[in-house]
Amino acid sequence: MRNWWVRLRPAACMFLWLPAKALAEGGHPLVLVADSRRFPAWIAWWSNLYNESHLYLALLTVVVIPALALVMGKVTDLILSRIGINLKSRVLAEH
Amino acid sequence: MDWLHILMPVAGVPIFWPGLVILGLGVGMIGGFFGMGGGWMVTPGLNILGFPMAFAIGTDIVQMSGPSLISTLRHAKFGNVDYKLGAIMVAGTVSGFECGAQLIMWLERIGRVDTYVRSGYLILLTLIACLVFTDLAKKRRKDREAIAMGRKLDALATGIEWHKTLHKIRIPPVVHFRKAGIRCSVWLPVLVGFFTGLLAGMLGIGGGLVRMPALIYLVGCPTHVAVGTDLFEVAISGLYGAASYTYKGRTEMLAAVIMLLGASVGAQIGSVATKYVKGYGIRLFFGIAVVGCALSIVLKLIAAAYPGVRGLLNGAATLLILGFVGALSLYIFLQFLRGVRRELAMKKHMVEAGV
Repeated sequence: MRNWWVRLRPAACMFLWLPAKALAEGGHPLVLVADSRRFPAWIAWWSNLYNESHLYLALLTVVVIPALALVMGKVTDLILSRIGINLKSRVLAEH
Repeated sequence: MDWLHILMPVAGVPIFWPGLVILGLGVGMIGGFFGMGGGWMVTPGLNILGFPMAFAIGTDIVQMSGPSLISTLRHAKFGNVDYKLGAIMVAGTVSGFECGAQLIMWLERIGRVDTYVRSGYLILLTLIACLVFTDLAKKRRKDREAIAMGRKLDALATGIEWHKTLHKIRIPPVVHFRKAGIRCSVWLPVLVGFFTGLLAGMLGIGGGLVRMPALIYLVGCPTHVAVGTDLFEVAISGLYGAASYTYKGRTEMLAAVIMLLGASVGAQIGSVATKYVKGYGIRLFFGIAVVGCALSIVLKLIAAAYPGVRGLLNGAATLLILGFVGALSLYIFLQFLRGVRRELAMKKHMVEAGV
């Protein structure tokens, strides 16, 4: 085990050093602006929101994406249950 | 063929949308089946389709956070999630993820993000392919030895058993994880979480590609618990990652939604397919898909170095990655169909027999 640690130590140090260097470098990330003029309805609205506030966009994303996935998942669940597949038990199958 | 391309509002690049659909369905099915978000193919896939690397990473994480939540719910129904293990790992995963994301933003500022992330993927995929094929070879050797000695091999046995050595390191507190059936130092899952989180933040993977093998080979979980617990971990860290990368302005919602629609359906099919597919051999298909993904990244790296053949190699890389993702998804879907047909026939037979 000791030999393993001696071999892996440089790699582990590099892993910890790189993010520390990135944080220490500071500076601002590249600023991008979305062109909302060429898009219809909700895409234009989303692009405008991107330009106005990344914070609201982030909050909206963590709500919208799981909600959308949940709705899609439930619909698929319903269809699979209707077909007659047992979704509540499973014989162990290692793979 | 303009109708096959859609302009992305934030990244400002035209994207081949059927590629997004194939990636979405594929990532859902393969993710649900193997217990991985599938980021290992989506980030290179999005980059190969034309997204700048930071956007490929961010968009991948956003679309992955949804289906992984669905797959987690599915595996939770089957009782495959060790919540105690998952909750302990989250601390390491989230801190590791943010370190990785900061590193990507720095690499973008200095203009090196493409080369470094592609190279990182190449190393990672090579290591994973080696691990999968070594494990398969060891398992087959154990099988042969067991048959030669006339005894039956444990159904839950794996080829590599590093966790037995790691469990001997008893740095307090030592915890018992009931569902996984293991007892180890709490620092082992935290450290595994940190390093997989760091890779997730840097490469845009949910971490499943590394975390699931780590849970099996380093922590010592049975495969089905590793799949469920890993998905739980991916769902939590995925939500954090989605918020973090969106706040940094590096996600493309339109692409994420297109992929999400396919991925949500695919994730259900993939999770249910685990009911029907038995045998260790399925890992071989997984290994082949990893090799295919690595090859497409090699083509993309060569294309960046030789502008004269860029168009040809980019096309070949796109074809290769979409081909491998499509083929593996089709295999899982066919197994799912066969299993469903068998289950329904069995139910009908039981009704007819009056059982």
